[in-house]
Amino acid sequence: MTKRILIIGGGIAGMRSAVSLADAGLHPVVIEREAVLGGKVRNWHALFPTFTPAAGIVEELRAAVAARGIEVLTGCTAVRFDARRVELADGRTIEGDAAILASGFTLFDAGIKEEYGYGLYEHVYTSADIERMLLAGTLPTVNGAAPRRIAFLHCVGSRDEKVCQKHCSRVCCITGVKQAMELKQRFPGAEIFNFYMDIRMFGPGYEELYREAQLRSNIHFIRGRISEAAPTFDGRIQIKAEDTLTGRPLRMSVDLLVLLVGMRANDDNAALAASAGLETAPSGFLAPRDLFLGNIRSSVEGIFYAGTITAPKTIGETLNEAVAAAEAVAAYLKNR
Amino acid sequence: MALDFGYGISKPRTIDLDRNEFYKGNAVLGKMPELQSCIGCGSCTATCTAGALTDFNFRRLHTLIRRGEFKGIYDEINKCMLCGKCRLTCPRGINTRGVVQLIKRNMGYLQPE
Amino acid sequence: MAGRGASWSEYQKQIADDHYYYARSCIRQNFFPGSERAFLRILGEELGRDICDDPRHTSCTGIGYHSDIVPLETIMTVVARQFALMAEAGYEHLVTSCITSFGIYNEILNTWEEFPETEERTRRYLKEATGRELVLPKSVSHTSDVVYHFREQIAARARRRLVNVQTGEPLRVVEHIGCHYAKIFPKSGIGGAEFPYVLAGMIESWGGTCIDYPERRHCCGFGFRNYLVQANRGYSIANSHKKLESMAPYKPDFIVANCPGCSMFLDKWQYAIAEMEGTTYGADGRGIPVLTYEEMAGLVLGYDPWELGMQFHQVDVEPLLRKMGVEFDPAAKYLGRDGKYIGRPEAAVVNSGPDKRVYRIRE
Repeated sequence: MTKRILIIGGGIAGMRSAVSLADAGLHPVVIEREAVLGGKVRNWHALFPTFTPAAGIVEELRAAVAARGIEVLTGCTAVRFDARRVELADGRTIEGDAAILASGFTLFDAGIKEEYGYGLYEHVYTSADIERMLLAGTLPTVNGAAPRRIAFLHCVGSRDEKVCQKHCSRVCCITGVKQAMELKQRFPGAEIFNFYMDIRMFGPGYEELYREAQLRSNIHFIRGRISEAAPTFDGRIQIKAEDTLTGRPLRMSVDLLVLLVGMRANDDNAALAASAGLETAPSGFLAPRDLFLGNIRSSVEGIFYAGTITAPKTIGETLNEAVAAAEAVAAYLKNR
Repeated sequence: MALDFGYGISKPRTIDLDRNEFYKGNAVLGKMPELQSCIGCGSCTATCTAGALTDFNFRRLHTLIRRGEFKGIYDEINKCMLCGKCRLTCPRGINTRGVVQLIKRNMGYLQPE
Repeated sequence: MAGRGASWSEYQKQIADDHYYYARSCIRQNFFPGSERAFLRILGEELGRDICDDPRHTSCTGIGYHSDIVPLETIMTVVARQFALMAEAGYEHLVTSCITSFGIYNEILNTWEEFPETEERTRRYLKEATGRELVLPKSVSHTSDVVYHFREQIAARARRRLVNVQTGEPLRVVEHIGCHYAKIFPKSGIGGAEFPYVLAGMIESWGGTCIDYPERRHCCGFGFRNYLVQANRGYSIANSHKKLESMAPYKPDFIVANCPGCSMFLDKWQYAIAEMEGTTYGADGRGIPVLTYEEMAGLVLGYDPWELGMQFHQVDVEPLLRKMGVEFDPAAKYLGRDGKYIGRPEAAVVNSGPDKRVYRIRE
């Protein structure tokens, strides 16, 4: 009888694992909370550092899932699970022989950083809002006109003890560079300022893109975290920061403020982890067995991890982990 | 006449980008666009002959110019001894010595306050 | 600004409904004596609440503490004595008139919680020095919290609203919150630290509209040693100057503050700025009146402005009173409670009309 693998999460990680498992002759079951597959990438416009349309990745994976006739349960939320079964919010229980937890991450709620006025002041957006707007073909204009000044703030909900998010979300730096270039392309007359604490360009082509943003797009990078945003008399946004490289406070008003929101652990990670006897890291993400040979393995036999359930990751890293998890599952089931 | 209270209203030391003019900085950047790729590493200042003996800080100086702050710039830039060591060390390949010359040329008429 | 309500609602604190022990403010008794009197009148006479105004309590010594002349052990013992007096008087809910004191009480209670040995030491000092026993309060509120708590009852008894009677438009109010109200412990303030609602709630309930201007959160510049030492006063006044410049384009009808120092400085620095720089603020170039929340409540309740002590203000309040439709006797401004003339300030643009100097009026 074909072995069934329960995959919690139908984002890019879950789909990629399912495709590999199906190709290995196994029977994956993808359990997705939303009505459609695709996860967060569904709402993203273009991907760093190559500006590749995100839709292409999602569509290719969806097509691969469909072509293999993979069993997909959408609109189903997992509330408890272990290696052999997943209990759904609607009371059903899905049985299997192994499980992959691929339920991803949650975007940091920028409204928690009250000082930036997200949700209060017009023209304060998150990086996710910008992607949605670019995807929909609408642009963040100010009273119908092109913005003249735009500020990006890095590390919103990352590296911040005040909001219990001590980790670096990794992808926001390069996202800030990418989005600054995208807005510059659409608003060539705009001056764009990126406020950062560190610029972490860890991936292939990232540093090159950063340099291109500086040289070709003339993006201004100011080392300093914005301390507060406030509305101005003419409906713009005043921001304050320290220009730490000159050692002086700096103030300016902008037409748009974009908050590069971080990746945080899902609220239901703790409950899912407790139900399966898994360990969470202090960050709230799930703790893999180790960070090397065991990075897609949990501390429980038969339960594996793929993607951002264990930490913030790029799309490429996530997809690689999904393949590795599928391979590990196949090896695990062969020995049983 | 204003009353003398024995103190005045302190002037803010904030860099106000709503008021500052960028065109002088842009005149430098137009000729030497690679200056915009500075990552603030400070190796130019670390190796600087003049900076070892005075408070001359090339990294800070060109950053201030790019922010539209010119007060005292001409006096400052004249501390440079034009040795060119900074250009050898810059990881971004910026022609720092050329930038110094450009600043002198573009800011020369800005007399110290 | 739909989301702002959500932000405010997340910071709610319990405010006692009755039986308060009142801790007065040192400087308010000098600069705004009518405000503390008005608070007692509103609570006692209007709302029928029980409040103990205990002559035995002292300064919290907060200004001395923040100026490095009162040691931590001393201020802790002084604060412990206030709590002991409150317990002896049979009260559990402290309500303090001063923001500095409010910060001090919260900070010391938190210190005692985090470092129990400091509480034990303070108990010992208090016993040795006064023979009294420390009893911790059930709640610590600022007087503005209490006025906020009763804002709807006050609105129900209002004789006037914060509305321009000539135009029918709501008055445009700048609210200023003392730094130590919520910047030390955001949870201790109504609305938290970024969007405090304590004064905004009163303004809205009483018919006015709140102005959100760029430097709304900025400190008035009081800063204790910064104004105490003349050499530092330049950057004390620079902060009020920054705020006034930032709010000027919004043409506020008045400023209301919940801190003794802020009310004093935002008012009196307008005189100093006018004399130093020739700049005045406000639509008529006579300055922007600065009210305490008790004065604002008192005007709403129909109290006489001179009984509220508004003749103590640097910036004349008469234009505001006319805007609100308050009946008052201009000639009685400088008469004391006994009807005797108390003297009047020298002419300056922000109180008794412009003198010979030329002023640059900032609307």
